[in-house]
Amino acid sequence: MRELLFATGEHLLIVALSMIVATLVGVGLGILSSWKKRLGTVIITIAEIVQTIPSLALLALLMIIFGLGNLTMGIALVLYALLPIIRNTQVALTELPPAIIDAARGMGMSRSQRLTQVEIPLAIPMIFGGIKVALVNSLSIAVMGVLIGSGGLGYIIYRGIQQRNMARILIGAIPVVVIALFFDWAMTKIEQRLSTHTT
Amino acid sequence: MIEFRNVTKRYGRTTILDDVSFTIERGQFVVLIGPSGCGKTTTLRTINRLIEPKAGTLFIDGEDVTHQNPVELRRKIGYVIQQIGLFPNMTVEQNISVVPKLLKHSRAECEAITRELLALVDMPYEENASKYPSELSGGQQQRIGVLRALAASPPIVLMDEPFGALDPVTRESLQEEVKRIQRKLKKTIVFVTHDMDEALRLADTIIFMDKGRILQMATPEEMLQNPADPLIKSFLGRHTDDEAIAAPKKAEAFMKRRVYTVHENAKTLESIERMRKREVNSLVVIDDDERFLGTVSIEAIKERGKAGHPIREYINGETLTVHRSDDAKEAFDKLLSSSENYVIVLNDDRTVAGIITRTSTAKAMGEALWGEMDA
Repeated sequence: MRELLFATGEHLLIVALSMIVATLVGVGLGILSSWKKRLGTVIITIAEIVQTIPSLALLALLMIIFGLGNLTMGIALVLYALLPIIRNTQVALTELPPAIIDAARGMGMSRSQRLTQVEIPLAIPMIFGGIKVALVNSLSIAVMGVLIGSGGLGYIIYRGIQQRNMARILIGAIPVVVIALFFDWAMTKIEQRLSTHTT
Repeated sequence: MIEFRNVTKRYGRTTILDDVSFTIERGQFVVLIGPSGCGKTTTLRTINRLIEPKAGTLFIDGEDVTHQNPVELRRKIGYVIQQIGLFPNMTVEQNISVVPKLLKHSRAECEAITRELLALVDMPYEENASKYPSELSGGQQQRIGVLRALAASPPIVLMDEPFGALDPVTRESLQEEVKRIQRKLKKTIVFVTHDMDEALRLADTIIFMDKGRILQMATPEEMLQNPADPLIKSFLGRHTDDEAIAAPKKAEAFMKRRVYTVHENAKTLESIERMRKREVNSLVVIDDDERFLGTVSIEAIKERGKAGHPIREYINGETLTVHRSDDAKEAFDKLLSSSENYVIVLNDDRTVAGIITRTSTAKAMGEALWGEMDA
């Protein structure tokens, strides 16, 4: 039991740290993409390509560069999480009603004031939606971490496979599913709250 | 004071503004009008430099603003747009406080400004300040849009078809409010519209534009009297139409042709029945040749009438009449100087041509002044 709690905690910690990094980088790149159309296409294309690399292959590649351990897993999670966050940020910012941007400009807001006072607040629900998708994905991808010497619930599942112990596999797998479902539900609720005052 | 000096704007090969020069005096309500694509909105947006001219200079209070920092410039110029553009993530108070905050006013000052401005449009602070735009009606939203533009007391306010999307009743009340506020706060307002009624109602000066040029810049009166171009005349439409302004002179122009008549030999009960069916209080009594004899009212029959008697016995011979070619004024005078509700209009042979009632008089006057009316 203690082992399970420890593994769950470790799993969540790896995912949480990766998500924080992915959010900062993803929103930043998303804003950049909304400002510079061309660059935006390049950024999103790269993020899409990364997304299509099978996780096993990506992990192997990263392992060659960063070695074994939690850091490598974290980097892989960040890379996978980027696409939904960048894309949602970019779309949310470019699809704001032109009248609102016109009003903001006409009233004398500088570009950064527009971004922080109007554009980001209005884009938040959609950005949050991107983070939600990324997070729920990350929770299950993190299981692969066991293959490159990272901890988390993957370790318990892997041990179960080696011992051909179905119960053990389930003890590792079920928390992953439950946690993912919980975050999906909770974050959908928060998303709805956030979008109350955006139209 | 706003001065355009030889301002030209092109998009590719299309010329939007063609060497435009004009001066707007301080405290004036100036309306820019013209067909779509005439350059009126471009002119407006050049003032707060949302659009940069290709050539020419713009002076505000004698200063060349084409080289000023546009962001700072815009904070000194109010801006209202048709789509309102309130920030949905901010409350009414936050929306109104946007520019004061940009200008680093304190929180207390922002609240004071909000209170004062909301009072100006009869929207109590306590009820409205913490509402979000989505909780307001369209008219209220645009009121806040106007207040937001006034918040930092800019001497100049630009309005780009601000009431175009509102229903006519709301539009009219907002027009009045804006005019009132402008007079009270002595703002210079530059207002874009394509609605001549609105222009005539609001403007001290109208600038009529077409194809990037100014066709005429004049007071509403002047423009009505001497439209400088056939296009302006067509925009003014019924406002300059001579026939519409010169009211029709003859009584027949004001009469309703549908008159409910009854023959002098008709019986009392039959007449009452007919009045009830037509929902009228009296009938015009005629003889065999359809000549006018007088009128008979429901009161007269009720008071003195006996069942089965012909109504000729109850005729009111005092009924007001005019001839159809008489001056309409005569009919109006008769109506106004008596307690009667109608005047009967007669043909040469004393048959009934029509009836002029108090309602039809009012309606006819309205039409003469403001054009065709409903109902």
